[in-house]
Amino acid sequence: MQNIDKKRFTHVGESIHDREAISSYRLTFMQDAMRRLAKNKVAIVCAIVILVLSLLSIFVPMFSPFDFREQHYGHTNAPMGTVCDVDGKQGDVHLFGTDKLGRDVFTRIWMGGRVSLSIAIICAIIDLIIGIIYGGVSGYFGKTTDIIMMRFLEIINGIPYLIIVILLMMVMPPGMLTIIVAYSMVGWIPMARLVRGQVVALKGQEFVVAAEALGSSPTRVILRHLLPNTLSVVIVRTTLSIPAVIFTEAYLSYLGLGIQLPMCSWGSLAQAGIENFRLYPSQLIIPAICISLTMLAFNLFGDGLRDAFDPRLRR
Amino acid sequence: MSRYIIKRLAYAVLTLFALILLTFFMMRWLPGDPFIGEKTVSATAMDNMRIKYGLDKPVIVQFFIYLGNCLRGDLGVSITYSRPVTEVISSAFLVSVDLGTRALLFAVIAGVLLGAIAAVRRGTFADSFSMFIAMIGVSVPSFIMGALLQYFLALQLRKVFGITWFPIQGWGQLKHTFLPAFALGLGSLATVSRLMRTSMLDVLSQDYIKTARAKGLSERRILWRHAMRNSIMPIVTIMGPTVAAVLTGTFIIESIFNIPGLGKYFVTSIKDLDYTMISGTTVFYGGLLILCTLVVDLLYGFIDPRVKLEG
Repeated sequence: MQNIDKKRFTHVGESIHDREAISSYRLTFMQDAMRRLAKNKVAIVCAIVILVLSLLSIFVPMFSPFDFREQHYGHTNAPMGTVCDVDGKQGDVHLFGTDKLGRDVFTRIWMGGRVSLSIAIICAIIDLIIGIIYGGVSGYFGKTTDIIMMRFLEIINGIPYLIIVILLMMVMPPGMLTIIVAYSMVGWIPMARLVRGQVVALKGQEFVVAAEALGSSPTRVILRHLLPNTLSVVIVRTTLSIPAVIFTEAYLSYLGLGIQLPMCSWGSLAQAGIENFRLYPSQLIIPAICISLTMLAFNLFGDGLRDAFDPRLRR
Repeated sequence: MSRYIIKRLAYAVLTLFALILLTFFMMRWLPGDPFIGEKTVSATAMDNMRIKYGLDKPVIVQFFIYLGNCLRGDLGVSITYSRPVTEVISSAFLVSVDLGTRALLFAVIAGVLLGAIAAVRRGTFADSFSMFIAMIGVSVPSFIMGALLQYFLALQLRKVFGITWFPIQGWGQLKHTFLPAFALGLGSLATVSRLMRTSMLDVLSQDYIKTARAKGLSERRILWRHAMRNSIMPIVTIMGPTVAAVLTGTFIIESIFNIPGLGKYFVTSIKDLDYTMISGTTVFYGGLLILCTLVVDLLYGFIDPRVKLEG
C-alpha cells in the first residue's frame, strides 16, 4: 500500500464552527406567517377588497363632483346612471342614482364608508388596547387580582352588550364619538378574556421556563417568547372584531340612535333604504352589499390570518 | 355540583343587580326634569310634587325603591301607551317568544345538520356549500337579510310569478312566520354550523370512532350514535349567547315585518323617547337573558360532568 501524503487532502466539508450553525436562512415568526398568508388566495382577495373599499371611501368624497349633502330637488329618487341636469354640473353622472332628497348616492355611500370604517377601526384599536392591558394584568398578577377582575368582567358580560350600548346611546348625544365610546365600554371584554387566557397558559409553559433557565432576561422572555405567541391570536381577534363593530353601528343606526343626518354611515343609509325599498330597491341593496361585503372580507381575512399564524388549526 | 350551582346563581343575581343599577343611573342621567313643561308652579308646590313622587329622598334610597319595584314586577307606566309597562310586556311577549323559538329551532337544527354534513363530506362540494351559507349568515346583518327577503321572496315573487307564499308583513298565520324566522335565525345558524363542523371533525378523528368502525358498526350508526352525540356538546356552551343574539335580533326583525311583539314596542319606544318603556323593557330583556344563560350553564353542568371539577 502506497503511502499517501496526508497533505494532498484538504477538508472541504463544513468547518467545525459552521456545522452547528442554522443552515437555511432565518425567518421570523411574522415572515413565516406572512408567507403562508400570501399563499391563501381567499385571504389575498379579501385583503384587496378591503383595500379597494377603504381607498374608495377615502378618495371618492374628495374628488366627487357632488357634495354628500347637496340636494337636487329636480330629480329625487333618480335611477342608477342618471345624468345630472343641474346648472354647473351638467353631464356629471349619478352613478348609483339619487335618494329621496336628490342627494348623490354614490358620494353618500363612500362618505358612509368613511364613517363606518373609521368607527370600526378606531373601536377595534381601543378594544385591543383595553383588552391587552386588562387581560394582561389579570393574567400576569393572578391570585386575588385575577379573581376580582374576572368576577367584574363576568358580571358585565352577563348583560347583553347591545342593551348596554342602547342605554348608553340614550344618554349621550347621538353621533360618531358616542358610538365609539358606547361600543368601547363593552367591546373589550372578549379581548381581555382571550389575552388573560393566553398569558395564564403561556406563563407556565416549558419554553418559558427553558428560556428563563437559559438565562434570558425577563424583557427577552416577554418580547421574544410571550408576545409573539399572544400576538397572533390578538391580531386575529382584532380583525374579527371589525365586522362586529360594523354590525353594531348599522344596528344602532337602524334604531335611529346612530349617525344623525346629514352625516351618513352604511347603517343609516341602509335604514333609509329600508324605508322605501319597495319602490327603489337599489337604495337598500347598495349599502347592504357594502356592509355585507366588508363584513365578509374581514371575516374571511381573519380566518386566513388564523390559519397563517397557526397552521395546526387549519381544517 | 352544588358549589357550581351556587356560583352560577350568585353570578346571575349580581348581574341582574348590575343591570338594574345601570338602567337606574342611565335614566337619571337623561337630560330633562320630569316636571319641566308644567305650568309655572310655586316652589312649595314643586317641592310637594317631588315629595309625592319620592324625588326628595337620597339617590341611594330612590335606587332601592326602584330595585324593589323591579323585583316585584312593577316597571312603571309607559308614557306613550299610558298603560303599565308590565302589561304591555305581557301582551306582546308571547309573540316574541313564538318567533324567537322558531328562529332558534331553525338555527340549531339546520346549523347542526349543515355542520355535520360539512364535516362528514369534508372537502367536497357539500362542505364548501355549507360553509358558504355559514359565511353569508355571519356577514349579512339580520335586518338587511329580512328586508332583502321581503323584497325578493315576498314582493318580486308575487309580482313576477303571482306566488303569494310569503306575505310581506303581518302576523297570525303560519305563512307569516317563515321569512322573519329565517332572517332572524340565519346568523345563529352560521355560528352553530361552523362550530359543529370543527367539533365533528375533531370527534371523527377520535379513537372511539375507529373502534366503532373496527367492530363493524354501520356508518349511519357511527354517525348518529357516536359522532353526533359527542360533537353536539360545544353547541350547548354557546346556547346562552345564541339566545341573546336571537332575542336582540327580534327588536329590528319585528319592526321590519310589522310583528306585534315586544321588540317592535321597544324600537317604537326608542323613537318616541318613552323612557319608562325603554328602562322597563331593558330590565325585562336583561333579566330574561340572564335567566336563559343560567339555565344553559346549569344544563351544561348536568350534561358534562367535567364541569364539576372546575367548581
